[in-house]
Amino acid sequence: MNTHHKTYHPYVSPFDPCVPINIKTYSTPPHLYMGYQPPNLPQFTPAEALRAGTIWKAFYDPYFSQIELAKEGNQV
Amino acid sequence: MWIYEKKLQYPVRVSTCNPTLAKYLIEQYGGADGELAAALRYLNQRYTIPNKVIGLLTDIGTEEFAHLEMIATMVYKLTKDATPDQMKVAGLGDHYANHDGALFYQNASGVPWTAAYIAAKGDPIADLYEDIAAEEKARATYQWLIDLSDDPAINDGLRFLREREIIHAQRFREAVEILKDERDQKKVF
Repeated sequence: MNTHHKTYHPYVSPFDPCVPINIKTYSTPPHLYMGYQPPNLPQFTPAEALRAGTIWKAFYDPYFSQIELAKEGNQV
Repeated sequence: MWIYEKKLQYPVRVSTCNPTLAKYLIEQYGGADGELAAALRYLNQRYTIPNKVIGLLTDIGTEEFAHLEMIATMVYKLTKDATPDQMKVAGLGDHYANHDGALFYQNASGVPWTAAYIAAKGDPIADLYEDIAAEEKARATYQWLIDLSDDPAINDGLRFLREREIIHAQRFREAVEILKDERDQKKVF
């Protein structure tokens, strides 16, 4: 199973004026690993799919801001 | 020819009057990686691409217009009934001077949309790679917009749009696979 995020540690100089961000994160959504979509993948129900933006569970990768992630219970 | 359905692809709700957020969202309306540029890019490429992927470009190009309409609705609702003072505070004083509350095809910095945003090289592989890049850039733009926004109702719609960009990127990647496929060639081992 692939992760939908990757992280790296950027160099932090002692002279950087802003508060350093020690871990940077970037998105690696599932379609990057898929190639041709294989047949018979699991599906959402039509009602769920209309909300999710895709009928294929394998492609579902919702993005949340740090503010949203900090608030509990916001994750779909 | 198109048939219009008088409803949005995904419902647009707005929590508060927030012209500042509208200013950011305009990036996806008239920006380089916005929905207008995407729609026109794909529909325009249909004439010089192998038959097998014309339908895909029609479908995705059409859907981009549905996304454009969602962004327009978001911007409209976020600025509806905003006073000139509220527009000024949001950094939209110069927009108000020129357009009042009207929408305009421009990016978040007010740079007007230009056809130069549309890639059309005529080479099928080059054009499809351009399309994949455009979808990934639009996906990233939606991420940054979600980061900037504190409106949960808007974020819900933006997440839907971002998911669609993922699906579009996947389909364009599959289109490349179709075009480079060697199925018809005789292979001698």
